[in-house]
This record gives sequence, structure tokens and C-alpha cells, in this order.
Amino acid sequence: MATTAEGFDAPTAGHGGDHSHDDHGDHMPGFFARWFMSTNHKDIGTLYLIFAIIAGIIGGAISGIMRLELAEPGIQYLFQFAGAAEGDIAAAGHMWNVFITAHGLIMVFFMVMPAMIGGFGNWFVPLMIGAPDMAFPRMNNISFWLTVVGFLSLLFSMFVPGSANGLGAGVGWTVYAPLSTTYAPGPSVDFAIFSLHLAGAGSILGATNFITTIFNMRAPGMTLHKMPLFVWSVLVTAFLLLLALPVLAAAITMLLTDRNFGTTFFDPAGGGDPVLYQHLFWFFGHPEVYIMILPGFGMISQIVATFSRKPVFGYLGMAYAMVAIGVVGFIVWAHHMYTVGLDVNTKMYFTAATMVIAVPTGVKIFSWIATMWGGSIEFKSPMVWALGFIFLFTVGGVTGVVLANGGIDDNLHDTYYVVAHFHYVLSMGAVFSLFAGFYYWFPKMSGRMHSEFLSHLHFWVFFIGVNVIFFPQHFLGMNGMPRRYPDYPEAFAYWNQISSIGYAIMAFSMLIFFVNLAYAYLAGRKAENNPWGEGATTLEWTLTSPPPFHQFETLPVIEDHHDYHDHRPASA
Amino acid sequence: MGQAFARMKFSILALMAAVLAVASPQMALAQDVAEAEVAAPADAAESAGGYDRLAPTEGKGMPTSAEDDMLKSMTFQDQYTQDGIYALGMHDYILMPVITVISIFVLGLLLYAGWRFRLAANPVPSKTTHNTLIEVIWTIVPVIILVVIAVPSITLLARQYETPPADAITIKAVGYQWYWGYEYPDHDVEVISNMLDESEALASGEPHQLAVDNRMVVPVGVPLRIQTTAADVIHAFAVPSLWFKQDAVPGRLNERMLVIDEPGVYYGQCSELCGALHGYMPIAVEAVPMEEFEAWVLSQNGTIPSAEEVAEVDADAAPADETAEAPAA
Repeated sequence: MATTAEGFDAPTAGHGGDHSHDDHGDHMPGFFARWFMSTNHKDIGTLYLIFAIIAGIIGGAISGIMRLELAEPGIQYLFQFAGAAEGDIAAAGHMWNVFITAHGLIMVFFMVMPAMIGGFGNWFVPLMIGAPDMAFPRMNNISFWLTVVGFLSLLFSMFVPGSANGLGAGVGWTVYAPLSTTYAPGPSVDFAIFSLHLAGAGSILGATNFITTIFNMRAPGMTLHKMPLFVWSVLVTAFLLLLALPVLAAAITMLLTDRNFGTTFFDPAGGGDPVLYQHLFWFFGHPEVYIMILPGFGMISQIVATFSRKPVFGYLGMAYAMVAIGVVGFIVWAHHMYTVGLDVNTKMYFTAATMVIAVPTGVKIFSWIATMWGGSIEFKSPMVWALGFIFLFTVGGVTGVVLANGGIDDNLHDTYYVVAHFHYVLSMGAVFSLFAGFYYWFPKMSGRMHSEFLSHLHFWVFFIGVNVIFFPQHFLGMNGMPRRYPDYPEAFAYWNQISSIGYAIMAFSMLIFFVNLAYAYLAGRKAENNPWGEGATTLEWTLTSPPPFHQFETLPVIEDHHDYHDHRPASA
Repeated sequence: MGQAFARMKFSILALMAAVLAVASPQMALAQDVAEAEVAAPADAAESAGGYDRLAPTEGKGMPTSAEDDMLKSMTFQDQYTQDGIYALGMHDYILMPVITVISIFVLGLLLYAGWRFRLAANPVPSKTTHNTLIEVIWTIVPVIILVVIAVPSITLLARQYETPPADAITIKAVGYQWYWGYEYPDHDVEVISNMLDESEALASGEPHQLAVDNRMVVPVGVPLRIQTTAADVIHAFAVPSLWFKQDAVPGRLNERMLVIDEPGVYYGQCSELCGALHGYMPIAVEAVPMEEFEAWVLSQNGTIPSAEEVAEVDADAAPADETAEAPAA
């Protein structure tokens, strides 16, 4: 690869190390100024990661309540959570809807996105392109704090009146009208909408920051086609954010005015249309699922190449597959709406367009395997998570091909099959890539090595846990169990119970993760500049671990002795 | 035919079942309990002029529990419409084999590459980063597979969207928070359908949370024009064993033809989040022979449209429905 360290050894070798002794370069602000008024991309990245872990714990705990309730038929626990009388099914049902809404919104907007883009994006995009920081450091800071305030607004929404049946917004993460307008009169939904406004504004600012940084601040010699694939993935993601989030903002603003100011965008009584909201939401919502997975694609590419000691196979194909996924991602949104009453031709189009996405996705899967082919593979912790990702994402991807068929989806839409599908691509795809990236870069970020044993143990227990949770949900969905149900006919009891057992296994694996973190900070040995060996060729490994407070004050120069367009045989 | 499909599908799922079975001590013994309990006929409370409330058949038109039949609990319900049989066949014979093979293929490649090219076995990595031929192959082959899937998929859509003939019987399912209303404009009948509570469901020998007081009674074997709409929020009218799901959207009237092959009770549940009691507004479609349907209409104080009225409608009608084709494959 052209972004190999040896490509710019001469100009940079000393620099990383030198910087830490650089007086003016390492002036560290005090605690409050450093963490609350930060303009340093690494500190902001750290803040995002801490934030995402906290949000993940809350969102994960909510899903624990959900799996507990679903472990057997009937309502067992929701009455207590709702503070309602035993037998008050409406209060329990509303509480359930609040939980599913919170779980979805938290995991999407406050766990996966902040970790992927805010956390790893902030930390490693500047490092990988040889830039001293992000283009707009102060804007970077406000992006983070908008996300935090958005999260607080969402949490707050759970404790103010929602509908007649209790506190909180029980409208689903999709916030469909008119359930979210006329039928949720309390202020709760307003706070939930405001939360999305804030988080969305933060993400839009972040996206502009990444685009500007990547276009303008690459080190001399690093052309777009020499950027590491993680940077490519963040660039594509940033464009998706920039184009999709304003549509969400418009849609939820219209919801807000429908709710509070008498407009009727989505109210048929005033000439509006509830389906219009769904079109707007999913025009955002489908790119959003790629926003959540593309940075993961980038991380997996770095990790597979590193631990195979081999450059990424088909670099250009990989980069443009992501661009293709991003572009096509904007024209498939109505496959989330197959049952709303689409025209037959519309449904045929969306069926065909959706299936097209399988092609660039397949290119990526096969290119990762081809990267491993002929390599010298070391099964360090990031690599096992990456391999887990490739397999589980494939499983989630192929059920996506099933769901893409409008006629087949008639029976699967809004069932547990869909829940299983999107958890395979997100709870396993995105989250496995997050853990892969975390173990890959943790030594760089903290300067400490985690325990390889605990990381592998975490992987295996988590792998078993999530598969036991979600694989049986395919069966439930095919057999007809609708999603967003707190209670179910006796026939669905068995697989629900298995699924809940899987949750307990998964939760235990998270304990291993936190023990591993504690171990690393308390007893972990110091990390070298490059703990992963010759396969780790991107710029961040030329710096100290952790990197100096400011890096690359003298820009590294990327020499042009590798060329991606070089199609000579492998021996060259 | 549906049974033949089921057999094929079970063999595909058998491997996964075997793996999961290891972890499940309870299921082996529970097999015999529920098998015998074919539901007794319900008290024919509404018996009037030849109509008796149909008793559900165990395992037909409803989900199957793992205790009753492990394999059947892991897959689709048996289908009782021609479109449903076609769709199920497409899933079982095309989609399921394709996705199973792809998943196993990727897993196999990962395991093989991980083993063959581990550091100890292959200490000197190759520098290959391009191979145009293989890249073209892994782009073209998925395209071919997708085209193979797309042909029956588009056909299925076309079948599902066939326009009902003019003399089709219209039934309008209206979603309310949290129950269903079924209007029969041709027959001047409207019924309100609420979930039975647990003791009532048990008493009538029906599964709790699927059983309702007043079912949507329809004639079997004739085209039905199912219209859905809602009075408050969005609901979805869904019956898994009929491969039928259509949102009920306030301010909209969705329409789809449905022809049910054999008499029976087919259960479904609301499938669009509609508020606190979303989980408690089930759907029960009862398909009966035409004479019994007419008897039911009369028992509901409805009217049977006269021959002249039907003929009047038929005059502007499009050609009658093409009879359902045999399922593909």
C-alpha cells in the first residue's frame, strides 16, 4: 500500500518521538479546559468514546429489561417499571413502547454513531492522513457537546408525560405520525424530537468537519487514492450524514409543527399524509444504516490488512464499493415501507434497487477474504473480532437479500425476522467492528496493552451470546411473531426464552470487557509505537503510544513509490 | 403442495435445529402434550341458519410452538393462498438455499484462509493486491444470482397486485386503537372484533392473544377485495398463513385481492406499532363455504346482494380473474 510507513520513514521517523519533547507543542491545558473546552481531536475522540460506552450501557440495560420481559409470555415486570397497578396492561404496554423507542434511539444516535464517527473518526482520521488536527477544532467541540445535550434531552423525555398511558415517548425510533402527533399529546415526544435535532446538528457539523479535513489537510503526497480505507469510509459516511440528516431534521420539524402549531403535514384531516412522513424518515433512515456500518467497513479493512501482513486486496474496488453503497443507499428507502400500499411498479423498482446493494457489499466481503489469502495471519484480538464481523455481517446481509423482495417481505415486514436481520448487521456487524477497532487502537490511544486472553474470551462469549439472542429471532419472525410486542401467544415462548438466555451470556461477556479495560489501565504493559508488527502500515503507528498532544507539526511527506494503478503481477 | 414444500424446507433447517437442540433440554419431552389437543368445536353460540363458528385446527393458520413441532416452529406457517404457496416456494427453493450456501461458503473461505495462511504455516506473505479476473468474477456472479432471484420476485409482486374482479366481495378492515372493525359494504354488515381474554380463549379452545370474539368471516375460494384503513393511528392487517400484510393508514384506502384456498381459521396480529395495546389486537379470518358465509351474513342481520345487483356490477367488470397458476418450481 502506498500509505505504508516506509513510504515516508525518512521525513517522519523522528517526528512522532520528537513531538513529545516539543515544548510549545505539548502545552497541556488544565483538567477543565482540556476536557470541557477541548479543541484537540484526540481528546474529543476520547470523550466521544467514553460517551458512547456510557450510552451503550444504558441502551444495553434497556434491552436487558426487554429480554427479561420477553423471557416468558405474559407481562411480568413492566407494571413495576411503569409504576402501575398489576394488571394495568395499557400502562405496561406504553412502558414497553418507551423502552423500545429509547433502546433504538440510544443505540443508533448515541452509541454506534458517536463511537464510530466521533470516537474513532476523530482520533484516527487526522492521524492517518498526517494532519495536526481536525480542520475546525472548535466546531469539533460543539459537535460533541450537542450530542451530549441531545442525549440528556432523550433521557429527560422518558420522565415527562407522553401519552394518556404514562410517561415517555412510546412511538418507536421511527416516530411515525400520527402515533407521534395527535396520539402522543405530552411533551415527551417534543423532547425526543429535540434530542434528534441536537444530535443531528452535531452530526452535520461533524460531517462538514471531516469532509473539510479530509479534502484539505492530507499530508503532502497523500492523494485521495492513497488514503487508508478507514479515511475513505469516514469520508463517504460524512457525505451521507451531510445529505441525509437535513431530511430527518425537516421531517421531525414538520412533526413538531404538526404537534404544536396546528400544521397538518402528516394529518389526513387537514390534507396531509402519514405516509409522507415515512418517505422522509426513510430517505434519511436508509442512508443512516450505512452511516452506522461504513466506518466499520473501513476499520475491518485496516485490521485484516494489518494482521495478514498484506496490503488490502483491490484497494480501489474497496473504496469505490463504499462510494457505490453510499450512492445506492439513497435510492432504496421505500423497502422499509413495502406494506404501506405502494404502487406495484414502485415496489418492483425498490425490490430491484435494493438487491443491487448486495453487489458492492459482496465485493467488500470477498476482498477482505482475498486480503487474507496468501497472508501471514496472526490471530490477535482485533483480527478475531474482524473475522467475526465478516461472517456475521454476511449472515445479516443475506437475510437482507430475502427481505429485499417486496413480495416475500409481505410476510416478514415488522416481524422478528427483521429484528434479527438488523441486529445481525448492527448489533453484530457494527458492534463487532467497534470492538475490533477498539482492541486495534486501544494500545495507541491509551499507551497500554490490554490482555489478549481476556479479549479473546470476550470475543467468544460475546459471539455465542449474540448468536443465541438473535438467531432464534429468525424463527420467531418466520413463524409470525410481530416486533414491538411485550407479550406473545404461547407458541412463541420457546425461542423467546432461548433468546433471553443469550442476552445473559452477552451481558456476562461485557463484564469481561470492562475487566479487561481495568486490567489494561492497572497492570497492562506499556504499548510500543507499533504493537502489531510490520502489517500495521498506516501513519498512526509511526507516532508514540499514546501520541503526543499535538502531532505532525512538520507534515510527513508520502513518497510515491507504491502505485495503486500498478497492475503488474504480484511479484512486482 | 404446501406439505411438500414444508418437507424440503425442514431438511434445510435440520442442521441448525440439531445444533440448537443440544442446548435445549426441555423440548424433547414436550412433544406429546399438545399434539392430541385438536381444539373442540366452540360452543355454537351464534348458530343461526346453518352457520356454526368454526373451530380452529391445531397447527393451521397459527404459529406452532417448539414443544409441538420443533422444525415447524422454526419456519413459515403453512400457506393457504396460491400467492402464499408461490412465495413460500420461492423462499424455500431459491432464497433459503442461496443464502445458506453463501453463508457457508464465506465461513468456509474464512476458516480455510485463516488456517492455510496462518503465520506459522505461511511466514512470508504474498504481495498480491490485484487480480482483475477474480474481481470481475465476484462482481458478475452475485449479479447473476440476483437476477435469478429477481425473476420470481417480480412475478410474485405482479401476482399479488392482480386487480380483483368487479364481483369480488369487498371487506374493509378498519384499525382502531386497539381493535379491528370489519365492514362488508356489499352485505350491510359491520362487526367489531376484540381480543378474547385468556379464560375466554381457553374456553373456546383457541390460542390466547390470537382469539377474538367476532372474526372476519369470509367465503372460501372466491376473490375477496380486502381494503384496509384506520380511524386513528397506523395499524397493519397481517395474516401470516395467508402471506398477507397491508398497512391500515388513516386517510388512505389500501386494497389487495385475497383468495383463500380452504376453509379454516387463520390468525394474525396487528403489525404496525399503534400504541400501548399494539400487542393485543389480533386478527382472526374465518374462511367458510359460500352457503355458510351467507348464513353468517343473515345471522348478522345483513343482506345478500341479489343476482341483478351482482350482474349490474359485472356489466362494467373487467374479465374475471385468471385462475391461480400452479406455483413455480
